[in-house]
Amino acid sequence: MSFISLLWVLLLGSLLGLELIGKVPPTLHTPLMSGANAISGITMLAALTLIVKADGNVPLLIIGSVSLGFALFNVVGGFFVTDRMLAMFSRKPSNRK
Amino acid sequence: MNLPVIIKFVIDLLAVLLLALGIKGLSKVKSARDANRLAAFAMSLSVIGLLSYYLGTSGIAIQSWIWIIIGSSIGSLFGAILAKKVPMTSMPETVALFNGCGGMSSLLVALGVAIFPISNSLENLDFFKSLINEVSISVSIFVGAITFTGSIVAMAKLQGWLSTPGWTQSKFRHFVNIVFAVASLIAFFDLINGNTSSIWLLVIVSSLLGIGVTLPIGGADMPVVISLLNSYSGIAAAAAGFVVDSQLLIVAGAMVGAAGLILTQVMCKGMNRSLVSVLFGGSLSAQSTVSAGSGEYTNITSCSVEECALTLEAANKVIIVPGYGLAVAQAQHTLREVTKKLEQNGIEVVYAIHPVAGRMPGHMNVLLAEADVPYEQLKEMDVVNPDFPATDVVLVLGANDVVNPQAKNDSSSPLYGMPVLDVQEARTVFVIKRGMSAGYSGIKNDLFDLPNTSMVFGDAKKVLNDLIGELKDLGVGEK
Repeated sequence: MSFISLLWVLLLGSLLGLELIGKVPPTLHTPLMSGANAISGITMLAALTLIVKADGNVPLLIIGSVSLGFALFNVVGGFFVTDRMLAMFSRKPSNRK
Repeated sequence: MNLPVIIKFVIDLLAVLLLALGIKGLSKVKSARDANRLAAFAMSLSVIGLLSYYLGTSGIAIQSWIWIIIGSSIGSLFGAILAKKVPMTSMPETVALFNGCGGMSSLLVALGVAIFPISNSLENLDFFKSLINEVSISVSIFVGAITFTGSIVAMAKLQGWLSTPGWTQSKFRHFVNIVFAVASLIAFFDLINGNTSSIWLLVIVSSLLGIGVTLPIGGADMPVVISLLNSYSGIAAAAAGFVVDSQLLIVAGAMVGAAGLILTQVMCKGMNRSLVSVLFGGSLSAQSTVSAGSGEYTNITSCSVEECALTLEAANKVIIVPGYGLAVAQAQHTLREVTKKLEQNGIEVVYAIHPVAGRMPGHMNVLLAEADVPYEQLKEMDVVNPDFPATDVVLVLGANDVVNPQAKNDSSSPLYGMPVLDVQEARTVFVIKRGMSAGYSGIKNDLFDLPNTSMVFGDAKKVLNDLIGELKDLGVGEK
């Protein structure tokens, strides 16, 4: 990929992000923040790339692995905790006494 | 194009699409839970896409597999455990912690690439490309470090592990932060000029900058900061995408970064604060102590829990206004017991939720949902405000500024213009509060002086427990 096309990708991605959430009910601010936060753990892909391309360089493998650990902590924890919050909203009225 | 490239292209495209749908779905109550799962699915898909691409092209060494498994299993395990165990009241600091770790991850990737240039080594890059490479590494380190230390400080402050040091409220802190910022810039350009040793300077000063900017910010403004840092971690991810040449990373990072900015803006609006004053104004109480609205209370009526119970028993319609104090006292379950008793007696109970109630916008809804409060009983401010004149009793629990009539009546008040709940329109208002201390804005609350307002002093949880006892004695809710 040339640098220019990567810049286009950056630009379009940002515009998409700006348009995605226009109106958010206050109820969802916390879950939305936490869900978006989990997605920002996408840098796990960069960590993976680093490990795959490390080519036997042990310090690099370790850095990549620690980075991957941090990213997955963010991703897995983030999605689980968001799900836990949202599960409380979706309880049907019929479930209550 | 060979097959692995095509497959990866298709998978990446699909992942971006699903992630976008996920973020969009998360902003609607109905679709939020499915959207969250969709986003999680898209993330796993992107990993499969990346791994299958390398399997199909260069192959993945056994050694790499081992380190992948070590890193991913430890990270996932701790993430899952924390997510399951953490109490709902600690949600803001949990999000901050997760976010900080995302920033750390981007930082480490950039450090790794900077110290050990990977296989398509930097020597065969032309000047333009190596420049881009160094810029993206520097951005990734800079933003990643700020995200990490900023989030950790935010978490520590919300947990109460760190207080706001006095010097951070003086002008001196601007000077300190400017020094850090300038030092980061110097390190930044030095690094781009090819002086790789300045990478450590960049790591250190940008970490310090993250601490210096976050430390002066007061607890109530912290959610805005966390949301902003969340946006930063997206930017850090996008920068890491430039480092390893991944479009998917750039798109996803940019999307989160931009969406985070919008969310931050929305939150600021709900709190009637501008982003600039949150970031540079210090905590609100420090600047408004001598402003209008400070003054003595002249007409405080205090009453016992018993009187409160008697009034509640005679009511037809009760509105509960929960706030930050309720969340801190972790009294949402006790509150639910009280309202259950009232409901069994045929009293209509509704919860009025101010947009910024709780420790973070939307946090109160989560807490009350956890305590089994039916979703239909939670009313947003605009819906519930016309109902106050027809309400017998309003219980204000740990909320303060959001029920201050000054925001409507007194144009000289710093709160003026902030949307508030019109509780004073109700026949009787009980304010349950620890003492006469001001709300986080440090401004006198005119509500407390009104003749129809009575104060019940005490810790929210204890008062509610006493209230349950009193209601029991009155035979409320026992049929």
